[in-house]
Amino acid sequence: MAMDSDSRPLLKVEDLSIGFAGEGGVTSITDSVSFEIQPGEAYGLVGESGCGKSVTCLSLLKLLPMPGGRVLSGRILFRGRDILALQPEELRRLRGAEIGMIFQEPGAALNPLWPVRRQLLEPFRLHPYQGDPNQRIRALLDRVGIADPDRVLSSYPHQLSGGMLQRVMIAMALSLNPKLLIADEPTTALDVTVQAQIMELIEDLRRESRTAVLMVTHNLNLVAQYADRVGVMYAGRLVEESPVDDFLRRTLHPYSQGLLAALPRLDAGAGPMKPIPGQVPRPADYLPGCRFRDRCPHAFAPCGGKPDLFPAGSGHTVACFLHAPGASALPASALPAGASA
Amino acid sequence: MPGSRNAGATGPDPRGSAPLLDAQGLKTWFPVLGGVFRKTIGHVKAVNDVSFSMHAGEVLSVVGESGCGKSTLGYSILGLTPPTGGKLALMGRPIALGSPSAWNPFRKDFQIVFQDPYTSLNPRHTVFEILAEPLRTHGICATGEIPDRVAYLLGKVGLSPDYMHRFPHAFSGGQRQRIGIARAIGLNPKLIVCDEVVAALDVSVQAQIIQLLMDLKSEMGLSLLFISHDLSLVKAISDRVLVMYLGKIAEEASARDLFAHARHPYTAALLESIPTLDRGRRPKLLGGEIPSPVNLPPGCAFAGRCAHARDRCRQETPELLAAGLSRAACFYPMGLPPVP
Repeated sequence: MAMDSDSRPLLKVEDLSIGFAGEGGVTSITDSVSFEIQPGEAYGLVGESGCGKSVTCLSLLKLLPMPGGRVLSGRILFRGRDILALQPEELRRLRGAEIGMIFQEPGAALNPLWPVRRQLLEPFRLHPYQGDPNQRIRALLDRVGIADPDRVLSSYPHQLSGGMLQRVMIAMALSLNPKLLIADEPTTALDVTVQAQIMELIEDLRRESRTAVLMVTHNLNLVAQYADRVGVMYAGRLVEESPVDDFLRRTLHPYSQGLLAALPRLDAGAGPMKPIPGQVPRPADYLPGCRFRDRCPHAFAPCGGKPDLFPAGSGHTVACFLHAPGASALPASALPAGASA
Repeated sequence: MPGSRNAGATGPDPRGSAPLLDAQGLKTWFPVLGGVFRKTIGHVKAVNDVSFSMHAGEVLSVVGESGCGKSTLGYSILGLTPPTGGKLALMGRPIALGSPSAWNPFRKDFQIVFQDPYTSLNPRHTVFEILAEPLRTHGICATGEIPDRVAYLLGKVGLSPDYMHRFPHAFSGGQRQRIGIARAIGLNPKLIVCDEVVAALDVSVQAQIIQLLMDLKSEMGLSLLFISHDLSLVKAISDRVLVMYLGKIAEEASARDLFAHARHPYTAALLESIPTLDRGRRPKLLGGEIPSPVNLPPGCAFAGRCAHARDRCRQETPELLAAGLSRAACFYPMGLPPVP
């Protein structure tokens, strides 16, 4: 992927730990999550409900649910600036103008009492803009493939389909040419044919405007098609990170392998998917050491300790002791049955 | 059921017995009211002239996009949204569609599991009460045996009987869906309508629930009418598939034939739009959106979005006819000569 003249990453998340304060003290939700997104890159953050992927996204814009949500430690650097240290006024300039966000349910994210025109003009009211916002919003609707802008602009959200609303949301998120688009499950509520249209649209925008995309999803098929890099989260931790090609060629973490085996596959023969035994733990029940070990077919003695993200070559890292440095040098008897380290 | 796979939906059961379910020209229309006097100005034809049948032990999936009528079809079969026209026979006996009580003798045999495990369990009832109620209503076992039966059902769906006195809020989505399944199998039904039962669940949990349903199906000889928008999932579990578009069946085929060679251009477009792990195969776009189901223009409902549509498609309405080993409602089925 091409780099900006500015060679530092667009977004750098460093050891980000997020917690929620409740009656029984602070519950840790994510634990030392680190990743980088380069300009123009599409990054897929994957995991199941409660793994911390959405909360991680919300924290990037300091949008954690209040009261309660807080960043416990770590840094979020956007073009070198620490978002967590920004003043409210600087933060307001960042939101919408430099980082755009689209949500899972476009119907719930738009104001039901405002016609589309008023919602689309909102960013221009909040941010300085040279030019005619009315012209700009028409160009944006055209850009997102809306053929009859007059009807859509005068419609209220309930008068439009889910696919149309998601287009409106994308138009709004792109109105000030952000450098980063955060898309939290952008197509989960949509039909497959509309999903393909929306994903293709995001892909075009990325190619033409070099907008980086952070795509949060539970769908590995979408990541395979539309992301350059993938990060897999489990129980608040990043457990594997890799370029997508390498991830699909050699999926290393047993949880990632389990996710792939559980995925219904159009490109495979008939026959049911293989479930991962057990269930995703709640934060209060996180095990010490590797949090996946009670569901892992390969768990062995070292898993009682916390695995680092070990480098596995080709920009691929994995938090699993099967892939710890020196693991391949262990005598075969020290490795669990079926391990392919 | 390889034997019955390719038999036409209306054909005789290969084993000679009556089909479990037989629908002929089924219609479920909703009136659209308008004007000062709230007169009927049109109909939403949610299910419009649908014919199909199901046999014991079969997994029949109904697929299609939002608003295609697949859920209404499931509800209509069970009388939850009574059909407004056509013929329906359950276990060989015709149902008087106008009378809601006509389904009563069949309730025990035809059960449903709903999409949303959060709204389909009464939050003020314990799991015991949720599972015991249908047992009492249908007199499945003596009152004294109910606790044992409930414990047995929980075990069947992989939950500990210790959970019996908890309320639904104490359970995760996957566990709640297990409770919904336990409620459905409690009556030893012959058929369960599964309405998007895993759509709200995570991938790993989804696979668990599907495995549970498949195990129960083989063990109890159940038939499943599996309503889903997820074709990848449907491919993994179905014997036969109905593809619906705007209230009608666009294509009916064995799962093997449907995924090997789709005959209706809509089926093909649906399949091509699904992303897979294969980075060399890009999903293809189907333009446009589903038109409003009120006052549809004449001709094939898909013609406006179809890359293969010709004049004839906009004038005449295609019937569901044999197309290779499948049936398709298309004048120009893919890979086959046109319908004369």
